[in-house]
Amino acid sequence: MTKNIQFIPGSDACIEGALYAGCDFFAGYPITPSSEVAEGLAAELPKRGGKFIQMEDEIASMACVIGAALAGKKVMTATSGPGFSLKQEGIGYACMTETPCVIANIQRGGPSTGNPTHVAQGDTMQARWGSHGDHSIIAMTASNLQDIFKITVEAFNLAEQYRTPVILMFDEATQHLREKVIIPEPGEIEVIDRIRTKIPVGEQYYPYRTDENGQRPMSDFGAGHRFHVTGLHHNLLGFPDVSPENVNALIHHLVEKIDNKANELARYKEYYMDDADYVIVAYGTTTRSAIQAAEDYRNQLGVKVGVLELQTVWPFADDIVREKCANTKAVIVAEMNMGQIVNEVRRVVTQPEKVFFSNRVDNQIIKPGDIKAALKMITGKGV
Amino acid sequence: MSDTQIDIKKYLRTQFFPQMWCPGCGHGTVMGALLRAIGDLGLDNDDVSVISGIGCSSRISGYLDFNTAHTMHGRALPTATGVKLANPNLKVIVPFGDGDSTAIGGNHLIHACRRNIDITAIVMNNRIYGMTGGQYSPMSGPGVKASTAPYGVPDRAFDLMELVKGAGATFVARTTVYHAKEAQNTIKKAIEHKGFSVVEILSQCPTQFGRKNKTGEAPQMMEWYKDNTVPMGSKKLEENPDLIQRGIFVDEQVPEYCEVYQANVIDKVMKKG
Ligand SMILES: Cc1ncc(C[n+]2csc(CCOP(=O)(O)OP(=O)(O)O)c2C)c(N)n1
Ligand code: SF4
Repeated sequence: MTKNIQFIPGSDACIEGALYAGCDFFAGYPITPSSEVAEGLAAELPKRGGKFIQMEDEIASMACVIGAALAGKKVMTATSGPGFSLKQEGIGYACMTETPCVIANIQRGGPSTGNPTHVAQGDTMQARWGSHGDHSIIAMTASNLQDIFKITVEAFNLAEQYRTPVILMFDEATQHLREKVIIPEPGEIEVIDRIRTKIPVGEQYYPYRTDENGQRPMSDFGAGHRFHVTGLHHNLLGFPDVSPENVNALIHHLVEKIDNKANELARYKEYYMDDADYVIVAYGTTTRSAIQAAEDYRNQLGVKVGVLELQTVWPFADDIVREKCANTKAVIVAEMNMGQIVNEVRRVVTQPEKVFFSNRVDNQIIKPGDIKAALKMITGKGV
Repeated sequence: MSDTQIDIKKYLRTQFFPQMWCPGCGHGTVMGALLRAIGDLGLDNDDVSVISGIGCSSRISGYLDFNTAHTMHGRALPTATGVKLANPNLKVIVPFGDGDSTAIGGNHLIHACRRNIDITAIVMNNRIYGMTGGQYSPMSGPGVKASTAPYGVPDRAFDLMELVKGAGATFVARTTVYHAKEAQNTIKKAIEHKGFSVVEILSQCPTQFGRKNKTGEAPQMMEWYKDNTVPMGSKKLEENPDLIQRGIFVDEQVPEYCEVYQANVIDKVMKKG
């Protein structure tokens, strides 16, 4: 069997992942640097009978994918910066109504229109807290194109399994990078489809009742189980219910269904971590420079530096990060913002004073030299 | 079919009652007209999906035994667009308020018109924001008193019919809750129409609009609709051009969005492949 090997940009790796996962509906509004995802899916989806629609703005796109998801489709939208801000009310609605959807946020410089064509990781906290009220969220990222493919497939899987929006936090640098990507054969990576109710048509279906497997099986608009969906606090039937007991149970459910699974949801990669005295925590593009810095320190100075790459950014993998950073002399968090994940790392490690920060917010990716400068300050040795 | 033969109860989630509308609110009459229209068409509960926004009007979706969604303020039409495009077999109906449809959702309204997607939009126009306490809407009109316009609304109102006509809606009609039977027949035609249809129904809000503007109770407000509206082209307009016209302003056949996408995009590329 000849492998399907392609030399493609990150946007195509994301598109291939979406198609592999069975995405059959996309609604979006163009914005740099995410537009290539929309353009690619506009071309590819109809070939498979899927649908693409360019809406009048990001708010409409978010609402549109929610509508399509309610009618049974595997849906995605993609955006950047200001568009991600506009989608927040819809993301909250999808959390509240437990509607599966994938939102790719190809990050660029901010705030505001900031810098459309250069890289940043400034939306990390917005992905977590952008929408109002208490809810949890799954957000994932990757640092190379093979992983972008894989993480995109996983994002769809988790959206369907957990009935939640999943945010893909890729960035401009990986979006425009070209690399070899091997597209797996069907079946090589697991694809999880929506769990649909087995309740016969005509019997009472509760769209928000948890079954014995801990799942909340869905039905599609038009499939015969008539149900109501509202962004108001609702009961198991989906009807508004603002009684204190109901609201309390609902909020706990929305938060805990994800936060209680933080370890299971954690996708991460380790590089040279077995004997690491120093750990660089990184995610997205930043990981690539972290790996180079670690290799240079090991090869040239014999200083044992390892890298912990977070692919699941939210829910934050408290236990894993705490454990991996436990017996190290220092932890460096590298990110392209003024300090977002670094505060999470400080929150979870046993010795927060050992956590250092290496960042850039000048349109440039963090270079290996930037991280090495931090390592030099900490270890007293430089390469 | 006569009214007596239509059992509209089969379309209602009676467990959800009593509903939240104030006594005398016009929205209940709109709901009745909508359900009778659906009954006239002999539609099954599973054929219909009702998507609303946020506001007193938009609470209607919860009372109806179809697949229903009560979405975000202003976002009913794009959500409905997703439902319709995902499952073109569904009759998708969007009943919402004048604020929801023309202020926060105004952009979506004009683009749904332009696309000509087969959705029936029913604008329950009480010229006020009922749910949030009587602030003015783009349909209030100059001089109307509202909680955010204690000295009278300074800005002009939309003429919804002209707005949606200009944006390309292929079925455009106006009626009132006083003319309940006419409303029923108009909604029926709008649902039957293939393409984007807009039905404006003047619907009284005695609680917020009525009190502030001293228009009397619900019966007086309904009488106002009787006295101040006329069928399109009525002779009375010559004497009094301020009268509001009722009727079907546009009814034309234009290719529908889902069908165009299927035929001109999906079928074409799949054949090529
Ligand atoms: C984003 C957002 N902005 C504002 C509101 C508050 N809000 C709720 S209903 C409403 C107005 C409803 O008026 P209308 O659509 O005319 O319906 P009515 O209540 O008069 O039937 C507003 C402003 C909201 N829910 N969401
Ligand atoms: S406030 Fe007005 S629109 Fe709302 S229910 Fe009462 S009468 Fe109806």
